[in-house]
This record gives sequence, structure tokens and C-alpha cells, in this order.
Amino acid sequence: MVAGVPSSVSAPRRVALFVTCLVDMFRPSVGFAAIKLLEDAGCIVEVPPVQVCCGQPAYNSGDRRTARTIAAQVIDAFDGYEAVVAPSGSCGGMLIHHYPGLFEDDPSMRARAESLASRSHELTSFLVDVLGVRTVSARHAGTVTYHDSCSGLRELGVKEQPRELLRHIDGLTLSEMRAPEVCCGFGGTFCVKYPDISDAMVREKATDIAASGAGTLLAGDLGCLMNMAGKLQREGSAVKVRHVAEILAGMDDQPAIGEPPGTTR
Amino acid sequence: MQPSAHAFAANASAALADPNLQDSLAKLKVGFSERRRQAAERLPEFEQLRDRARDIKNHTLAHLDFYLEEFERKVLALGGHVHWAPTAADARRIIGELCRSVGARTVAKSKSMVAEEIALNEHLEAMGVSPIETDLGEYIIQLRNEPPSHIIAPAVHLTKDQVADTFLEHHRALGFTKRLTERNDLVAEARYVLRQKFLDADVGLTGANFLVAETGSSMLVTNEGNADLSNTLPRMHIVLASIEKVIPTLEDAAVLLRVLARSATGQESSAYTTLNTGPRRPEDPDGPEQYHVVLLDNGRSSVLGTEMQDMLRCIRCGACMNHCPVYGAIGGHAYGWVYPGPIGAVLTPQLLGVEEAANLPNASTFCGRCESVCPVRIPLPKLMRHWREREFERHLTPRGVRRGLAAWAWLAQRPRLYRWMTGFANRLLALFGRAEGRYRSLPLAGGWTRFRDFPAPEPGGTFHARWARQGGARTRP
Repeated sequence: MVAGVPSSVSAPRRVALFVTCLVDMFRPSVGFAAIKLLEDAGCIVEVPPVQVCCGQPAYNSGDRRTARTIAAQVIDAFDGYEAVVAPSGSCGGMLIHHYPGLFEDDPSMRARAESLASRSHELTSFLVDVLGVRTVSARHAGTVTYHDSCSGLRELGVKEQPRELLRHIDGLTLSEMRAPEVCCGFGGTFCVKYPDISDAMVREKATDIAASGAGTLLAGDLGCLMNMAGKLQREGSAVKVRHVAEILAGMDDQPAIGEPPGTTR
Repeated sequence: MQPSAHAFAANASAALADPNLQDSLAKLKVGFSERRRQAAERLPEFEQLRDRARDIKNHTLAHLDFYLEEFERKVLALGGHVHWAPTAADARRIIGELCRSVGARTVAKSKSMVAEEIALNEHLEAMGVSPIETDLGEYIIQLRNEPPSHIIAPAVHLTKDQVADTFLEHHRALGFTKRLTERNDLVAEARYVLRQKFLDADVGLTGANFLVAETGSSMLVTNEGNADLSNTLPRMHIVLASIEKVIPTLEDAAVLLRVLARSATGQESSAYTTLNTGPRRPEDPDGPEQYHVVLLDNGRSSVLGTEMQDMLRCIRCGACMNHCPVYGAIGGHAYGWVYPGPIGAVLTPQLLGVEEAANLPNASTFCGRCESVCPVRIPLPKLMRHWREREFERHLTPRGVRRGLAAWAWLAQRPRLYRWMTGFANRLLALFGRAEGRYRSLPLAGGWTRFRDFPAPEPGGTFHARWARQGGARTRP
């Protein structure tokens, strides 16, 4: 793919959206935002109905057998799609980095897992690296800061892609916080297994977010966003928290994460 | 030291409530990681060196028996001695006997994590031999009767004021009655006190950063030069090192040294790098009469050939703990044993058993920062996950977690039922959270809501419910 040349000049791609369990349950608009971004870039988007979760809760708790069962279910659900896109670096990382290793002793499943891995992408990296998208049609007046969620950053190299897209939004200013690459303390079950350590981490994050002067905090993973939103709100902060896809898709007219209905920006 | 890894959660809570510790950790977090970043930036080939370092260690581990025997042959040829210690108890006994053979009363020690691992000081004290720690940090915590909290900066958990109080209390008897406040003065006082101890020591005991098979040398890096005094002045020099410290050649050592100091302290190299190659020869102006190497296994050989082997690549730079946000929040003592931080979370279950240390591999968000800075590219999160798997297999995972997982897994494999259940939960949470958009407390989620609000779902149903309602229609015309 030549940078800057949108793929829509060729035949549209049939893309499957991996909704992620947290988006499904808590923030459906992230799913709709992802669909809009993909369609704007010329994709035909489908949402395979038999998808639940990527299996991380089991995998990271040491329950490899359950993780395999769920991975097999996901592999079945996404068979045949040219690309699988998740609005999450963590779930994307699971599909891309961890599924093949789950089937070391099963060559045919391993091959299917590797095929899925090669077709799977995190949303912003799919838009920028694969489709060559540089600009989106959204506008946003205000200053935002971007937190690099750990799996997206370190497993998938998602760093510049969301920033590249944000920088091209009219009216938007990106103000980097100190240490955007340090974990917010969410860590899946970590935040409830070790709540006080997790709190120390997210407290530091909240301080850095406040110091950035941004009115809105963005990230690419809903788990981290819910953790940081919960902390900011507990501390009485006025910073709004959103998934980066919402801003990119111009869907910032609805309440931010953890804000009551009827509130807008 | 008595392990308290099983009490990790309580240790961590206490650490979070310790203002002195929090003060020290705040400085540590910025200092080490920033210096490493700058050092890496100044060396264009840093990433390639990390690959080479990993490859050297992997090659050595694949032929560990060969290189250890080669090392032993060289040491013997130089007139030194090699002692094989399968367990910690063997190592203690061997060192005790060596000390007794020269009638030692004091042992000048240069910091060695392996000595901590085998609880050597306690053993020596019980036989009436005084171990004197000569590394400044190690000396401070010895006076305070504390274990190290970091593998390269053992007293990093203390503030300058705490050190000043400790020195005043312990040096008063030596005639130092003034409470010092300047860093340099504290260092000078410790140096003065330690100088006599070097001269008095009968045995010098050091660890080793590397054992070089090609030459039979032990290699030590320090910033204080204390190791050079420990191993030159006394009559007997004992090197205590674990078996995975061996590497093939001096050339390999040069590669590893280049990534070691940069990863650890952000220095291009440590102030002192010393090779000890056998006892004093007739023409040498100084050096020990006897040179002994104690090679400790203590469970390491059982890791070879397993999925955990990668942990043996560790060169003890401490970068993983310097960059770990969990270590940064609670410090090293909370981990409850010799090796803290991410590498401790991997080593401790191996050395003490997963029953004692199951908490440690769980105390990670898997953020992966440790792996991203490890000079020998140890896949630390992956190894921690292996431990969680062993814990799960042995049914050591807490019952509540197991049951919750089993229920979730059952549901996740029944997508229609899952949809129905999540749809119900979504509506319930959205309904009762409507007024504020979030929950300040939530039944069964106390771990979360103790410190954070819990965002309510956005109204309108789950994604899949909305999608189905629209008949899979697009959001736009």
C-alpha cells in the first residue's frame, strides 16, 4: 500500500468488526463509530453475530483450556473475512499475538489461528497502515490528550496512527501528557485483584492527565478508559473521557463515558 | 531472609501507606528510566546489541554443561578451586567450611544477590563469623537489619534523612557524634568506617556478574570499587555465583557489559569492571592466596529445557523493576523475597515454589514495559502467564476466581444465552445508573468502586441488540 493512496480506489474490502465485550456491553457507540470510519474509508463492514469475547479473562488467569475453546469459537466466527478489525489494542493483540500459541499442538487449528492473526488489526492501525487513511471528516474544537494503552502500544506498535488521524482534525489540539506510555493500572482483573495498587497507578495517571491541560482524554481501549474515567470522576475532574474512534467519527455529541444522559460536551 | 511473598497483598498495602517509601519511589521512577532512555538513544546499535546479548545467553544455556566444565578446568589450571553446590544448604556449608579453614572472624562482602538467596549472612553469624557488607547501599540496610529492596540499588527505598539517622545511631560508638545532612558527608563517613573493615577481613566474598569460561575469570562491575578491595586484601577470595552466570568468552562479556550498565543505571559502563583470574601468582604485588568459586544450582538446572528457561538469561540489571509501574507503586520489599519486580515474579515461584509465591505473577497488569526494556529480551509477561497457568492447573487459584471464570466461560460458549444475559445486565445498569451516568458503589464490584466510580453503560441497549434492531443496517443513509 502506497501511503496516502486510499484503498477505496480498488474493490471495497469486506471487513468484519470484532466488537469486543466491553464495547458491546458499555459503549456501543464505539462500535458504530468504528463502522462509520471503516465505511468512510471504503470498506463493507459486517458484524458476525457469533462473537462474544476474545478469551483474555481466561487466558490471563491461567485457564488455557477455556481460552482455547473461546479462541476456536472466534476463529470460526471470523472465517472468510478479508480483514478483522477491533476497536481495541488489547483484544487485537490477543487475536494477533496469542491465538497461534494456544494451538501449538494442533497444526490445523494453528494454521487457522495464524490466518486470523494475519488478517486482524487494531482500528487506527488498520485505517492508517493498511488503508492509508490520513484524514477523517470529523471536527472537534478543543484540546485532547492521548493515553497509549499497553497492549496496543507494545504488542501492536500503535502509537503514531491515532495521533496522525487526530492531528488532521479541524479545531483539535493534541496536548501530550507526561508519560503517556505508562500503564493506567487497569490490567483486566488486576484492578479488582489488587485494587489499592491499581489505584496508586491510576491516581498518578489522573495527575498527569490534569497537568496536560486537555479537556478530553482519549485512548483506544475501553477497559483503560473506564478505569481512568472512573478515577477522574471520583476525583471530581471535569475532563471528558472518550474512545478515540468517537472523536474520529465525529460522534462526540453524546455524553462522554460515565456522564449522565442528556449531558453533552 | 524469611519469605513473605504469600503476604504480598498486605505487604503492598503497607508500602502504599509508607510516606518515606513513596517519596523515594517517586524519585526512582523518573531517574532510572530517563537515564536508560538517554543512554539507549546515544548508542545507535543498542537494539542489535540486545539481540546479540539474548543470543549469547541462549547459546550458553543450550550448552551450559560444556561451558561450566570449561570454566572449572580453567580455574583449576590457574590454581583455584571450584565447588559445586546443588542446593542453598550446600553452598552455605561449603562457604562456612572455607571460612573455618582459615580461622576467619570477619568476611568482607561485596553485594551478591545469590548470598541473599541462600541466606548466607544468617549462617555466618550463627557460626560466629561477622559478614560485613561493603556496598554502600547494602551496608546501610545491614545496619538497619533490612533486606535489599532492589537488586542494584538495595537501599533505594530509604530517604537521605533515614540514612543520616541510621549512621548517627550506629557510628556514634566509633566517635561520629554529628548528624550529617549532606550526601557527600554520609558517603565519606561510610568510607572511613568501611576502610578498616576491609583491612581486618580474613575472607573476601563477592558475587559475579559473569563467569568467563574461556579464561576461568569471574567478572564484577561496581560503581564504588568495594569489590576490588574485598577480593584483593583478604587472604581468601570466595566467588559465589549461580550456574547461569557463565558465558563463553571475553568477547561475549564485552557485549553483555555494553547492555548491562546502560539498562541498569543509564551509564555507558560502570565505574569499575574487574576480572579475577585465579589466586595471587608469585610475581603479583597483591591478591588472595586462595581463590574459590562456589557454583550454585538451587533449582536452576531443572528450568533448562522447559518453557521457563528464558528466565535464566537475566543479567540482573534491574531495568524491569525500574520500569514496572507496580514496583514503582510499592517498592521491592512488598514482593517478600530476594528478587523483586517482574523478574522476581518469575524467579521467586521457581526458587520458593508456586504455593508460596503465586501472588507475584498475578501482581502484574501485563503492560509489557518490563519486556520492552529487558537487555536480554526475557518475555516476562509470558513467563508470568505460565506461572498463572501452573497455579490454575494445581487448583491454587482462589475459589471465587475459579468459579467466576467457570461461569463466565460456560456463558461465553453459548452466545445466544450470553446475549440475553448481557442485554439484561446492560439495561439494568443503564437504568439505575441513569441519573449520574455512573455508580459510586456497586454490589460485587467493591474492589473497583472503593477507589473509582463505575461508568454506567450508555443507554439504548448493547451493541448487538442495537445492531439486530436495525437489522444490521448502517448508521448512515
